[in-house]
Order: sequence, then C-alpha cells, then structure tokens
Amino acid sequence: MSNQTEAEAKKKFSFGDFYKKLGPMVALIVLIVLVSVLNFSFLDPLNLLNLLRQVSVNALIAFGMEFVILTGGIDLSVGAIVALSGAFTAQLVLAGVPTLLSLLIGMLTGAIFGAINGVIIAYGKAAPFIATLATQTILRGATYVFTKGNPITGTKMSNNFGFQFFGQGYLFGIPFPVYIMAIFYICAYILLHRTTFGRKTYALGGNPKAAFVAGVKNNKMIILIYTIAGFLSAVAGAILTSRLASAQPDAGNAYEMDAIAAVVLGGTSLAGGKGRMFGTLIGALIIGVLNNGMNLLGISSFYQQIVKGIVILVAVLLDRKQAKA
Amino acid sequence: MQIDMQHISKSFGSNEVLKDVNFSVKGGEVHALMGENGAGKSTMMNILTGLLEPNSGTILVDGKETHFDNALEAEQHGIAFIHQEMNNFGEMPVLDNMFLNKEIKKGFGLIDNAKMKTIAQKALDQLDMKVDFSQPIGELSVGQQQMIEIAKSLMTDAKIIIMDEPTAALTQDEIQKLFVVIRKLRDQGVGLIYISHRMEELFEIADRVTVMRDGLTINTYNTADTNVKQIVHDMVGRDMGDFYPERHPKYGKTMLEVSGLTNSKFKDVSFSVRSGEVLAFSGLMGAGRTEIMRAIFGIDKLDAGTIKVDGKELVIKNPNDAISHNVGFLTEDRKTEGLILDATLADNIDLPSIDGFSKHGLIDEKADKDFVDMLLKRLNVKANGRDDEAGSLSGGNQQKVVLAKWVGSGSQVLILDEPTRGVDVGAKREIYDLMNELTDRGTAIIMVSSDLDEVLGFSDKIAVVYEGHLMDVVDTKDATQESIMTLATGGKNE
Repeated sequence: MSNQTEAEAKKKFSFGDFYKKLGPMVALIVLIVLVSVLNFSFLDPLNLLNLLRQVSVNALIAFGMEFVILTGGIDLSVGAIVALSGAFTAQLVLAGVPTLLSLLIGMLTGAIFGAINGVIIAYGKAAPFIATLATQTILRGATYVFTKGNPITGTKMSNNFGFQFFGQGYLFGIPFPVYIMAIFYICAYILLHRTTFGRKTYALGGNPKAAFVAGVKNNKMIILIYTIAGFLSAVAGAILTSRLASAQPDAGNAYEMDAIAAVVLGGTSLAGGKGRMFGTLIGALIIGVLNNGMNLLGISSFYQQIVKGIVILVAVLLDRKQAKA
Repeated sequence: MQIDMQHISKSFGSNEVLKDVNFSVKGGEVHALMGENGAGKSTMMNILTGLLEPNSGTILVDGKETHFDNALEAEQHGIAFIHQEMNNFGEMPVLDNMFLNKEIKKGFGLIDNAKMKTIAQKALDQLDMKVDFSQPIGELSVGQQQMIEIAKSLMTDAKIIIMDEPTAALTQDEIQKLFVVIRKLRDQGVGLIYISHRMEELFEIADRVTVMRDGLTINTYNTADTNVKQIVHDMVGRDMGDFYPERHPKYGKTMLEVSGLTNSKFKDVSFSVRSGEVLAFSGLMGAGRTEIMRAIFGIDKLDAGTIKVDGKELVIKNPNDAISHNVGFLTEDRKTEGLILDATLADNIDLPSIDGFSKHGLIDEKADKDFVDMLLKRLNVKANGRDDEAGSLSGGNQQKVVLAKWVGSGSQVLILDEPTRGVDVGAKREIYDLMNELTDRGTAIIMVSSDLDEVLGFSDKIAVVYEGHLMDVVDTKDATQESIMTLATGGKNE
C-alpha cells in the first residue's frame, strides 16, 4: 500500500520536475515547428544565423537579468545602459582610441552604472524597481545630453574593421556576436551553477535574512550582481553599436522588457531563489523566434507587441499554476 | 453542554491519522489534549469544528448525534476554535477585526459601529479587559490579541472553546492573566479544550488530560491522579528515564569572553563560556537575551564592549566575521532567519560552510554532497534525502537541519536561541543528546531559553537577564525555579 503511494508520489514529482525543466524547451520546439510550417524560409540557415545574431543582444542582457531576478530584484535600467555605454564606445572610436580599448571602456562604464544601481539598492535599501526606474531615466537623459539627441557615427566607425567585426563579422560562417553570447553563457552558467557565488545568489533570493545569518554578505552580493547586469548590458550595447555602425540616442529602448520576458519565459520565479541559466537562454530564443517568425509572416509590428505580451502572460500564468500544484 | 466524540477514524489517502478515537469534554472543565506533533490532536479538533469530515464515527452534542458541515455550523452550535496562528489584519482597527465578515449593519448597507462597540465591550468586560477599538490590532501585544480572540468566541456565545497552544507566544505575566480568564470561563460553565506542549501548564490549569499518540487516544486522566512521568511515558510510548539527559561536563579553556557589551537594548553585559560548558540564558520575554546574542554574532550593532573568541579580541561587523571565527548562531525563529524554506536541505546545510568547498573557484560537488549526507545522518534528520525542500519537514527535523548547518561549519562557540521551541518531545531529547555530544568534544554552548524547566534541567550555569541587564550568573546545581524567577523579575536572592 505505502509502496504504491510512494511510487505514485515519485511519478508525480518527476512529472513536475520534467515540466519545470523542459516546459520552456517544449514551448520553443512547438514555436519553431509552428513557424517553420507557416513559412519554410524560417529554416533557411541564413535566416537561422541571422536569428541567433538578433538573439545575442537580448540574451546577454537576460543573462545578467537572471542573476538580478534570482535575488528577487529587477533591473529596469539595462536598456539605458545599452544606449549610454554604446554612445561612449562610439565616441571613443571616433576620437581614434584603439578599438579594443574603446570597447573595454564602454563595458567598464556599463559595469560602473550597474555598481551604482547595486549601491543604491544595497545601502540605500531602495526597492530595485523604483531605484532602477530612476537610474533608467537618468541614464537615458544622460544619453540624450551626451549625443545631443543625434546618432553618433562617422567614417572612423564604419571603416574600422575591428569595430565592425565585433557586431557584424563572421567566424567560420557564424556571426561573431553568437560567439560572444556563447562565451558569456558558459561563464554565466558556471558562475551560477558551479560556484559559491551562485549558491549565495540563490540563498539571497530564497531568504535574505537567513542568508545573512549564514554568513552571506548580502550588500556585497547585490552590488556585484547589479554590476554583472550592467556589464553584460554594455557588452550588448557594444554589439548593437557595431552592428548599426552608429550609436543611437534611443538605442536599447524597452530592452529591459525583452530581457525580463526571457528570464520569466525561462521559468525563473520573479520572487527570487528559483530558476536556471539554461531556461533564460531558451527564453531569449523563444523571444527571438517569435520576433523573427512574425517578421517572416509579415505580421505588423503593432500586432507583434500584442502577441508577445500574450505569450509572456501565458507563461507567467502557467508558472503560477504549477507553483500552486 | 457536553460533547462526545466516539470511534472517530480519519485517513488521508493511505495515511491513517486517527484510529477509532474517543474524546469528550463537558461544560465547566478544562480538558487538556497532549501529544507530540503529528499525534492527531489538530485533526481531531478540525473534525470537531467541521473543518474536516471523519471517515467514520459520531459526534454527540448533549447526547444527540450531530454533524457539522463546516466551521460556521460548529460555531452556531457554540463551539469556537482559537487557532495558534491568529489571522488578524494588523493594520485594521481592533473593532473591524472583531467583526470581520460579521459586520452589523443599519440601513443603506452602512456599518453600525456603535452597536458593534457595545457588543464587543460586553464580551471584553467578561475578561476584565479594556482596549481602544480604533487602534490597529497589530499594535496590541500577542497576549492582548489572544484575549481579543477569546472575546470573539464569547460574542458568538461559545459553550466550548478550543485553544491551540495559546501560550506559545505569551510572556509569563500574560500566561497568568490568560489562566485567570480560563478559570473564570470554566466557572461560568464553559468547557475548554486546551492543547499544549508545556507540561507545567497542564498541571496548573487542566482538570482532565487526554494523551494522544500516533492517531490513538492513549489515556484520559484526572490531572490530580497523574504526574509528568506518566504523561511523558504515554506521549512517547516508552519511559524517557529522566526527561533531560545528565550533564557530565569537562571544562576547558574560555572560548568566548565578552565584557561591557552595550547597545540600546542592553547595558554593560559581561560573561564568559568555557569549552565543554552549557551556559543557559534565562529571563522574561523582551528582557534582551536574544538581542545580546544577535549583537555578539554581528547581526545587530554594538555601541560598546569587547568580544574575545578563543582568547583573541575580535571586531565582528557581520555574521560572516563571526562564522569565520567558528561562532554559530541558531536563531529564535527558524522560518524567517534559520532556513530557506523552499531550498533543498543541501543548500541550507552547506551555506555557512560553502566557501570551504570551493576548489579552483568551482564547488567540489562530491565533497559537498558527502558533507551534507554525513550531517543528515549524524543528526538523524528524517527526510527522503538532501534534495528535499526544508519547508516540507516537521518542526523538529527543521530544527535539526539548522543545527546541522552550525555543527557542519565547525562552530566552537554555538549560540542556540530557543533550540527546542515548537519541537516535539522525541526530537527535544535528540537535541539535548547532540548538545551533550558537542560539549564532550569541546564546544562551548550558549542556550537561550524561555522554558525554565529546560534551563534548570539541562545547563551548567545560568545567566539571568532583566530589562537589558545581566543580573547574575549562577551554578545550575544551586539554582531553583524560584531563585531564577526572582532574578528574572528584577529581584535579588538573599
């Protein structure tokens, strides 16, 4: 009798486990099949490579967002960081600073903006939502000031092979940004799932008080995590600037939404403490396939927004239902 | 009014939680219900109040077979259940809470506050209690809130009142007030069912006692005809010998020495603990015992004072500093500060030690797993394995998981704040045995406890705190219940 119920419990458990781990994966596959059936050119290798390149920007931001959301926080300033760090990089390249150094300085400024977010949230005890909403506005404003409202571009950028390669180049037939995404995915995966830093991130999101009593330095962790989010946003910003060969003052607008959507679609709980980096990668791919597929199908961008919103809503509701069960 | 529950059985799936139990209570008596966690007390009371449906058996009210479909029906028959967790809305005024969903209305759907106040005051008068009805209920003390709950049951004209661990969060003073009220209600002919873990209360307040174990009612006694030993025996199903294991301390060097500790909650506190010693901290609730420990561990700030661990003076800015000097702290509230409830046992247990498992920047997963498994086994945690969620365990096992954290982190000084609160008798004994084992190996233990029996039964020295002052540190063998209480209430022993 009891053996039977035990087996039953195990069965139920493994199904829940399956859903949790593979739910986003199944959604992605279904989506890919659906889009491919509706439009065969989706499976064209060129389109797929293009899709991956498009995904790379959002995925990089989402990797950082995953850490932030795991702590129970949120970062609304990532899109503005994309814009401002991209503008810095563009200006440096135009000023003749060596390409690699320009890129690094751009990424460093992103990290610094992230660190500032972290300090405000950790020491100012500010709610992440409001704190990063404020810094988003400040950074966006600063971008307009810095660019004087105009795109930053010039022949020094469009003729700079190294800089162009970063966002537009191909290596062994695969777009260079895809490599960047892959490298940072591996780094983020290891950091989250194989190091003590990752364990502490989960602990912080699961119960910050208990984490503190167990010796986690909460403030330091928060600052580091927002720094990572800022840094990865700046990497995304560099790719975007290079791809467009110009820094737009409104670049990265609403990117925080796609990044948050990727994290949530990937099964991470907005309450913190639960989620996997792999899920976020899948989530970013779902958003990418959705965008790409709807473009191929000629759906107007107005409708695209509605569809994306509905997909996110369904994902969240499914997640809630599962959490209750 | 008399209630007889006869041959009640209840199963959840294949799990039989009540097996043909009988229980009765009549007006004018206090009937205590004792048993370890999971013995079936709550299930039985939930059946009585219509929250659960029995699989078989009958409930007689004054000899007539009665069946309650839901809690409201039971309430209308005069049976009130005061739950352990009070479901109050802290921001809402007292009056609104008392009449939640039962508001009295005058015309046009408007609420008749005046009438509600009159009714509420009548109930409170019976308890000799005065409150400001417009005050948010969350600002009242837990004891006062408990009284409001009782008043609520009086408003519904309850003939039988069930109290589930009513004293768990009360101060000694509030407990005495509660007892006065209970006796008064009893004398007015109300029947009370009193669920508690505290043995000494049982003999103070109950007329009869029924002991449950594993879904069975073992025995019902007149309190006057039984004793602690008998009841403990019935509860655990075997003789426990002496309830507390004996201490055979071998003291070593001084492990923790603090002097002049001061912040807004306590003043000029100095004491020391030796290797192998159990130093109990006694005092009334709110005296500042927990606050002293929190400051030593770096959770709260110190304004003045020095802390020496193993002879070395330290500046402890946060728990991380304390842990790195082998100090561990089991907090009073394991759910909010002790555990990450929806994380696995493994992720809870290794958290204070996790930096030690980092090899070339990566976690050594195998060593980590072995470490967790070893601790789960050593502390006899009852669970399926390290991947269970901490929140799925019983209170006693959760407490063992928190202990495992601090045993695992190699604590030389272990501060245990209410280590056996909300833990059943069997697990309590295991925790004491573990404390003995730890002190035998040279750990210095500080045990903060509000349970005077525990303080006297299982410690080497007792420090008594009163309003933020350390009154005295006495040898346990020279201490009595009275001498400790005298100190804890600010008096001096001759």
